[in-house]
Amino acid sequence: MTEREVKRGGVRELSPIDVYMLLPKTNCKECGEENCMAFATKVVNREVVIMQCPPLLKKEYEKAYKQLSEMLKPAIMEVTIDTGDRAVNVGGKLVMYRHEFTYFNPTAIAIDVTDEMSDDELLGRLKKTEGFKYGYIGQELKLNMIAVRSTSDDVEKFKFAVKKVVENTSLPLILCSFSPTVLESGLVAASKRRPLIYAATKDNWKDMAELALMYDCPLAVFAPNDLNLLRSLVKTLKEYGVKDLVLDPGTFPNEGLTDTINNFTMIRRAACKRDDELLGYPLIGTPIVAWAESEGAPEVSAWNEAYIASMLITRYADILIMHSTEGWALLPNVILRQNIYTDPRKPVAVEPGIRTFGKPDEKSPVMMTTNFALTYYTVASDIESAGLNSYLLVVDSEGIAVDSAVAGRKLTAEKVAEAIKESKIEEKVKHKKLIIPGKAARLSGEIEELSGWEVMVGPRDSSGIPKFLQEKWK
Amino acid sequence: MKTVGKEEEKRAGITFDPEILNLLKNFGEIELEDVEIELGDLEFWFQPGAVAAPPRVLAPPKVKPTTILEAPFTFPIATYPGQIAEVKLGATKGKGGTRGKSIVIGGEKSPAFYTFENPTPHPPVISFDVFDVKVPLAKAVKMHVKDVLEDPAAWAKLSVDKFGADMITLHLVSIDPLNPTPSTPKEAAKTVENVLQAVDVPLIIGGCGDPKKDLEVFERVTEVAEGERLLISTVTLDMDIERAAKAIKEHGHVALAFTPMDLNQARQLNRRLFEFIPKDQIVMDTTTAALGYGLDYAYTIMERARLAGLMGDPELQQPMSSGTTNAWAAREAWQEMAPEWGPRELRGPIWETVTALTLLLAGVDLFMMMHPAAVKTLKDVIEGLTGKGRGEPKKIANWITSRI
Ligand code: SF4
Repeated sequence: MTEREVKRGGVRELSPIDVYMLLPKTNCKECGEENCMAFATKVVNREVVIMQCPPLLKKEYEKAYKQLSEMLKPAIMEVTIDTGDRAVNVGGKLVMYRHEFTYFNPTAIAIDVTDEMSDDELLGRLKKTEGFKYGYIGQELKLNMIAVRSTSDDVEKFKFAVKKVVENTSLPLILCSFSPTVLESGLVAASKRRPLIYAATKDNWKDMAELALMYDCPLAVFAPNDLNLLRSLVKTLKEYGVKDLVLDPGTFPNEGLTDTINNFTMIRRAACKRDDELLGYPLIGTPIVAWAESEGAPEVSAWNEAYIASMLITRYADILIMHSTEGWALLPNVILRQNIYTDPRKPVAVEPGIRTFGKPDEKSPVMMTTNFALTYYTVASDIESAGLNSYLLVVDSEGIAVDSAVAGRKLTAEKVAEAIKESKIEEKVKHKKLIIPGKAARLSGEIEELSGWEVMVGPRDSSGIPKFLQEKWK
Repeated sequence: MKTVGKEEEKRAGITFDPEILNLLKNFGEIELEDVEIELGDLEFWFQPGAVAAPPRVLAPPKVKPTTILEAPFTFPIATYPGQIAEVKLGATKGKGGTRGKSIVIGGEKSPAFYTFENPTPHPPVISFDVFDVKVPLAKAVKMHVKDVLEDPAAWAKLSVDKFGADMITLHLVSIDPLNPTPSTPKEAAKTVENVLQAVDVPLIIGGCGDPKKDLEVFERVTEVAEGERLLISTVTLDMDIERAAKAIKEHGHVALAFTPMDLNQARQLNRRLFEFIPKDQIVMDTTTAALGYGLDYAYTIMERARLAGLMGDPELQQPMSSGTTNAWAAREAWQEMAPEWGPRELRGPIWETVTALTLLLAGVDLFMMMHPAAVKTLKDVIEGLTGKGRGEPKKIANWITSRI
């Protein structure tokens, strides 16, 4: 069987008509859409959920509702950890490859604390995790969860630690212990927080299942490098009545990477391409194991952990447990996650055209950049923070950054000349000088020829704009 | 009716949340048949998960298992009609060149590292960047090569001897017509000869990005390095493809077909090249963007190209190369940032590493890189992914309790 032959209903192949046929078709607009067809289109694009059509929830449409739910069911179950505003959703993936549709629910990153840490250390780690923020293309990138590990294996200590964590953070929790009694003490301390229980194994599964049912919590299943056992445990736990599961086939560093990547990949393929419901659950990875394996400088462990995390973000992990709180180790991962989880159906671009900063007049500089969102926001923030009165000409490079756009002829002298004309900037300024990015220097001669404007080659990075203007703009 | 068995209630140390009962009341249909019966003691209890969402099918009565129910895993193996071409880089003495060894890339029959399906035929390789003139380099990179910045031959030698480069990419930036005194094709060819003499690994020869000048230089270089199986980087759609291809073919080299993140253009360029060069003399590069600066496009284009090639698209079956050094275009890689983001000496190389690893998993066969630590990590990972090692359950079985 090939990748193409196996099609899952409900992804690309699902047409709005399929959904429309099952809707009430009254065009009552209660959902906020103009009509049922418009609603159906949004359902197929996963922009709304069927629950947003109130009539459909009535008894008479029960059958249609069930059919729709089945049709739209993601290959990977969506599991919710914690409740209310704090809740984080994991899984819910419709496809294996991001280009097949788009990925939902970005990998939740958890930072660990233990029940043997001093108060200072524990609270410090909570604060660092909660305070982690990075502004990127108009978004705030953050960390998502706290994993509390019982290194003591002591009921009282664990209960105490979990209590402290619950009191001091609103981040969703993962409670980690293989001992059901220790874990239960944590569940008692974290009642109402619906933490993820980590984890059921071949030895403790029954007790862990009881806890998951009794406290209504999602349950992780740990079967290191044993997919037969993992699948069997899932079947067993499902039969037992535990609905929300998360799978851990084990994260092995170094020479174990091949098994790690194979297991994550096989599980995801079985679920997405073979409709294997027993493996259609979110995956949890533990790059933190890098710390146990490497002795030596903490930078080395943090480095190893960071790169393993990045591979698992690419290869299907829905949750990661990490130890390092170093910015340099976490930053590439939260950015990678953002990149992988952007919607490939929509280009990350801004509208081309002229933008005004401050109060420019007829002598103000005119600069140029591309419409790749990140490039634009970076340049814009550099101009803004320096308080420069100026114009910025945003040229359509099909959403590609300057250097790649020049190399790939997406940013050409023709396009720049055209943009100058269309922007009517000539009516706003009295000079004819265009400052272009240093990375587009190659285009300067041709731009001058085609537009009749004089080109000044600006800095290679927009952080150099203030200095450049100070020295060169008279 | 009890909601929880007495046993459980006692063990839990708390009583069942009464809110659950309230929630249950909304479901008028709940009858005895929806209640589970546990083997042995006939305790009644609800399945709490079943009450969270709107109308839902209620679970049929279940018997709680007492032992693990067997549900063996079947390997989800697929077969693919297509295969990626094998391309040999560098020619040894017996084969018309002077290299110490040749390197073969490509040949995949499965997506990247699906080793449960097929082994990786040739581990991906890494080529170190060397420039023929001083170029602006990030501080973190510069510190490793500062003594050789003005001597490409010495730079190449250092990369091979000290950093274990499989290959060297010699970027002939000095030929750029934008330079005040651009070097001539003859001068550029001389530099190539010097580097060929300094190291015996296969070479990649990079141009300056000006299609006309690059072609003039390539014609000269392919001739003086006759038979060396250099990888000529790059042939583009706006170049005189016929002339470039003929020079490469005639003198026994390999073409690197570069297109800007566009599968149709990648197909088009390969199609043009097929008119003149056999498949085993073409590598393709669909553009690498840095982590945070378009890596998602680069990743997806490569992943799609590889899957399409395996699915039988004859125009996308060339091994892939990545200019991973582009990772350094990201500000986060080279800029001084607030202290919480750590030193750029670490941020830079991890940026290059993560960019490389992401593309490794998309199917890249050849990486052009710069930082020794990033290269070292990539090599370790490739070894981990292609070696005979296994994931030892014992090693991580107790990760929860490990004190770190
Ligand atoms: S609420 Fe439902 S029935 Fe009414 S218009 Fe929207 S989709 Fe149609």
